Amino acid sequence: MINNIWVVARRDFRAYFTSPIAYIIIAGFMVIMGWMFFFNLSHFNMQNMQYQQYNMGKGVSITEGIIRPLYGNMNVIFLFLVPFITMRLFAEEKKLHTIELLMTAPLTLTEIILGKFFSAFLLLAVMLGLTVIYPIILFATGNPEIGPIVSNYIGTLLLASCYLSTGVLFSSVTENQIVAGALTFAAGMFFWLVSWATQSAGPVWGDLLNYLSLISHYNNFGMGLVNSSDVFYYLSFIGIGLFLTHRVLDSYRWR
Amino acid sequence: MIQVSHLTKLYGPRPAVNDLNFEVKKGEIVGFLGPNGAGKSTTMKILTGFMPATDGKATIGGFDVFENPLDVKRNVGFLPENPPVYPEMQVFDYLEFAAQLHQVRGDLIKRAVSTALEKTALGDVRNRLIGNLSKGYRQRVGLAQALVHNPQVLILDEPTVGLDPKQIIEIRELIKSLGGDHTVILSSHILPEVTATCQRIIVISRGQIVAQDTLEQLTTRIKKGLIYSLVVKTPSPEGVEALRKIDGVGGVTSAGTKLVVELKPGAKEIRDKIVETAVSRGMGVLEFSAERVSLEEIFLQLTTVEQA
Repeated sequence: MINNIWVVARRDFRAYFTSPIAYIIIAGFMVIMGWMFFFNLSHFNMQNMQYQQYNMGKGVSITEGIIRPLYGNMNVIFLFLVPFITMRLFAEEKKLHTIELLMTAPLTLTEIILGKFFSAFLLLAVMLGLTVIYPIILFATGNPEIGPIVSNYIGTLLLASCYLSTGVLFSSVTENQIVAGALTFAAGMFFWLVSWATQSAGPVWGDLLNYLSLISHYNNFGMGLVNSSDVFYYLSFIGIGLFLTHRVLDSYRWR
Repeated sequence: MIQVSHLTKLYGPRPAVNDLNFEVKKGEIVGFLGPNGAGKSTTMKILTGFMPATDGKATIGGFDVFENPLDVKRNVGFLPENPPVYPEMQVFDYLEFAAQLHQVRGDLIKRAVSTALEKTALGDVRNRLIGNLSKGYRQRVGLAQALVHNPQVLILDEPTVGLDPKQIIEIRELIKSLGGDHTVILSSHILPEVTATCQRIIVISRGQIVAQDTLEQLTTRIKKGLIYSLVVKTPSPEGVEALRKIDGVGGVTSAGTKLVVELKPGAKEIRDKIVETAVSRGMGVLEFSAERVSLEEIFLQLTTVEQA
């Protein structure tokens, strides 16, 4: 099983790099993150200098001042970028009719879906891997805490994987990549914005909506806590997305 | 090797395939012949596990297509209507991928791909991007993909579409050479192709099998319904009517001075009677000839006759 998943994942991962898409996404991502990191860092320095000058106290810690905003922003960027990563996964296969190759080969639907998801996950991992430069810079020039950095990476990986699984799902419902991408983005936004509604909702609704919101589960990761209930939430979210994809693809065979 | 019984597929209320029953023995090459929309591709998609049937049963190599799809797929090489090729991949890499998908053992893959490339004469383009190949070459890559894991059964949907005459001959020779070791079902609406490569023909129309036989037997069956054409000097409605009344005549169509007389199947020798009648009614026979029934006509007859 793992072998089959890897065969599919490897092909798709390499396919990302034979078209401009991977390069554009990675480059765009690094440019934006680099910019953010730079402005974040300079603002932080200025702030701390002010604190020192006017003797206002200890100032903001690196964790609160740089790390949390940095990865918080990264999550927002992924909300926008992930649809571009996932939109081609199934939509293109259906358009090119190559889906017939996959569906008539001795693979289970689960293996195909996991393979596709994994190829997108690998691309995501590459992008996150490239951002390790920022903690390295921080360590070289300052004294950040390692804990929050690690937890932020875990949290971002999980959160972005939720977008990935939504992306895989919407890629499977249409032949049109643009539609797939748009739906993925809309779904991501929905689960993001759900948290805004919690402020005006009553006690019961408020808690429910808070549970559904993707970012409210991120808060702990931001602070340096890897909470099992948050991890479970994200894994469930990912699992449901992939399960629904299985249902969708299976249903096509019944038409 | 392949057994299909009561296979039915409905797209909504419309039956694409309706109570199909046929069998293909090991090593046979069988041609699926039918007009567009007859149900050939649908049947093939059901056999390869791409879609399930609404009713009925199909087995390949003893494995039920619905119950044991993985076992079936391992033994089947499928070339769909559109060759399932990725334009951004190189030919060799693509065939390697296909081999891996079909569970070819790692160390045997390179050899399997080389063999497939050789059989389909793709050696020269092994490192070309599939997107840069012409339609004919892409078709060949699709065929190579079906062959690469050396399956027991080959199901080919219109394998020579888009190929030039030379390539068509090569592919036909290839398919013929595959019989015996492999069981082949191919579909086509190109009649000469089916006669050139297949041992048995299944004619399908509107989702149902209208004939299942070897080519010789099909031709003999239909030959009985012979067609004669006359060119007369002065055609007349009474003359045509008289011709229709001759015992054994199925129908007469007239277009100006040319009359076409169709005989009923199993009719006796009545050529002399036809000429006699035409002359005695004053039409004046200028030419009289028997039209050989071609496979095209067999096909048309079988596929356009209203089902009882």
